[in-house]
Amino acid sequence: MPAAAARVVLVTGVSRFLGARVANTLQADPGIERVIGVDTVPPSMSLGRTEFVRVDIRTPGIAKVISSAEVDTVVHLNLVSSPSVPRAKVKEFNVIGTMQLLAACQRSPDMRKLVVRSSAAVYGSSPMDPAVFTERDEPVEAPTSGYAKDAVEVEGYVRGLCRRRSDLTVSVLRFANFLGPGVDSPLTRYLTMPVVPTVLGFDPRLQFVHEDDGVEVLRRMTVEDHPGWFNVAGDGVLLLSQALRRAGRPYLPVPAPSLSAIGDMGRRFAGLSGFSPELLRWLTYGRVIDTGALIDELAWRPKYESAAAFADFVSARELGRGGPLHLFDRLSGLIGRG
Amino acid sequence: MNAHREERSDDGLERKIASGLAFLRRRIAGEYEVDEFGFDPEFNGTVLLPVARALYEHWFRTEVFGLEHVPEKGGALIVANHSGTVPLDGIMLSVAVHDGADRRLRLLGADLVYQMPLLGHLSRKAGHTLAGPADAARLLGKGELVGVFPEGFKGVGKPFADRYKLQRFGRGGIAQTALRAGVPIIPAAIVGAEEIYPKIADFRPLARLLGLPYFPITPTFPLLGVAGLLPLPSKWMIQFGEPMSLAEYDADAADDPMTVFNITDHVRENVQQMLYDTLLRRGPAFL
Repeated sequence: MPAAAARVVLVTGVSRFLGARVANTLQADPGIERVIGVDTVPPSMSLGRTEFVRVDIRTPGIAKVISSAEVDTVVHLNLVSSPSVPRAKVKEFNVIGTMQLLAACQRSPDMRKLVVRSSAAVYGSSPMDPAVFTERDEPVEAPTSGYAKDAVEVEGYVRGLCRRRSDLTVSVLRFANFLGPGVDSPLTRYLTMPVVPTVLGFDPRLQFVHEDDGVEVLRRMTVEDHPGWFNVAGDGVLLLSQALRRAGRPYLPVPAPSLSAIGDMGRRFAGLSGFSPELLRWLTYGRVIDTGALIDELAWRPKYESAAAFADFVSARELGRGGPLHLFDRLSGLIGRG
Repeated sequence: MNAHREERSDDGLERKIASGLAFLRRRIAGEYEVDEFGFDPEFNGTVLLPVARALYEHWFRTEVFGLEHVPEKGGALIVANHSGTVPLDGIMLSVAVHDGADRRLRLLGADLVYQMPLLGHLSRKAGHTLAGPADAARLLGKGELVGVFPEGFKGVGKPFADRYKLQRFGRGGIAQTALRAGVPIIPAAIVGAEEIYPKIADFRPLARLLGLPYFPITPTFPLLGVAGLLPLPSKWMIQFGEPMSLAEYDADAADDPMTVFNITDHVRENVQQMLYDTLLRRGPAFL
């Protein structure tokens, strides 16, 4: 049964960066009649023909929006990882918000498709991990806290909805860490610290997905039918040390306990974000996901490799070269002359 | 004539410095590639391998036999005995394969390695990964040469009195992995590692405290302190055996425990036999 193309699309979390970009991309598609964006705060950038509805997805108000507008496609991007919001509130948003939204989706007779932004953080990070996670792999140590645990719970509720409404096309996307000129996340704040502390004795393997690629994947999942769970990341892998060297960031390896102490101090005195336990584990053990399933399904490959996404972030923030490399070039220049 | 030679060696030195500086610059700029396992071929070839090679050639005076059994390309599973208290045998095996057969060996290591600071990421940079069916299958699927020590800690940490006696070969994971990947198993015997740190006793309370599988007491450690960490200069021999093709089995064989056990036993017997033969060939341990 080929589902008709998305007609009325609802995008959650539209006031934040990713939501706004996805809404802007979808409204450019002439096949889509209406794009409705919802969030708790008004959008900071112009949304064009996207209709903004200020509604809290944690309340039943969301069900009214879905039924009255006859929404057939929901793109759920409202997964908050922001460290500036208190943890209890974030959990409320992520988990309770998703429950309300999915309840509304289950009720609506017009619903045909659900696209959910999840995170590769659901795999956790541990020294016992397989080198590369595929969608079939279970986490070795399931995340026990924070954003990663929220993502696990969100996926659990989505699975429940799949069971109860088997007629829906459901795509769940496990994104690697977003990077790009417009991204502001715990990771970007970490990378732009004046001296970046790293975990002594560990050099994690990291992957990134460029914001443009992330938006493109979400667009394709919305306008085409690709049911299933998919990992999304740029090709290739960067080591943390390698990434910091490429960015010309000075870094200082410190023992893991002092790293979390630095994070705490930063949060308390300097208004920084601190390091959440899942970020710390990721910075210690890293994580690599396999994107073969996505590439096969879409017959498309992310335009930016992990390294290119990182480079784009670096050049947009004008981190660029300098620091150690500059010093080295001057020194070796001196030797050359001597 | 003399002056000419001097000039040339000067030239060589300059080139060495220049290439050394270029290497350093690439490292500082992060301009190198790692694969999804964290393998950093440039760092491995320039830093890690030369250190290992010095031990291999000058300290252990390693001789290798049966290199013709290591395939020039394509996946294969090298299965070797494990010994020596500290798993130097893995590193020496990878030098033998690299220098002798011009292939890189991707070892499957214990999870303890990846929990330890420094060791874990150095091991990944050298191209090795955690022992597990997923990683092994992935490496073999890419046509890599994978090395594994199915005895694990039981082998590497066995008392000196049990030297050259193979321990249990895990739970048949090697046979399953090779069957699923459709690659041959190459048995290998490593002689010499048993004598580098003769473990005459095990200080269990300290091992438990440190979270280690054992805390070895050797004739020199901890008696001589840091100097006791130096491996004894035993004479090493590495023998590769004829590849054991598993082509006669079909794909379902990996799910048949009896077949898996039989293959595993067969490999184990092969390695044990090669071990005895090579031991005879070597003669005295330190000459």
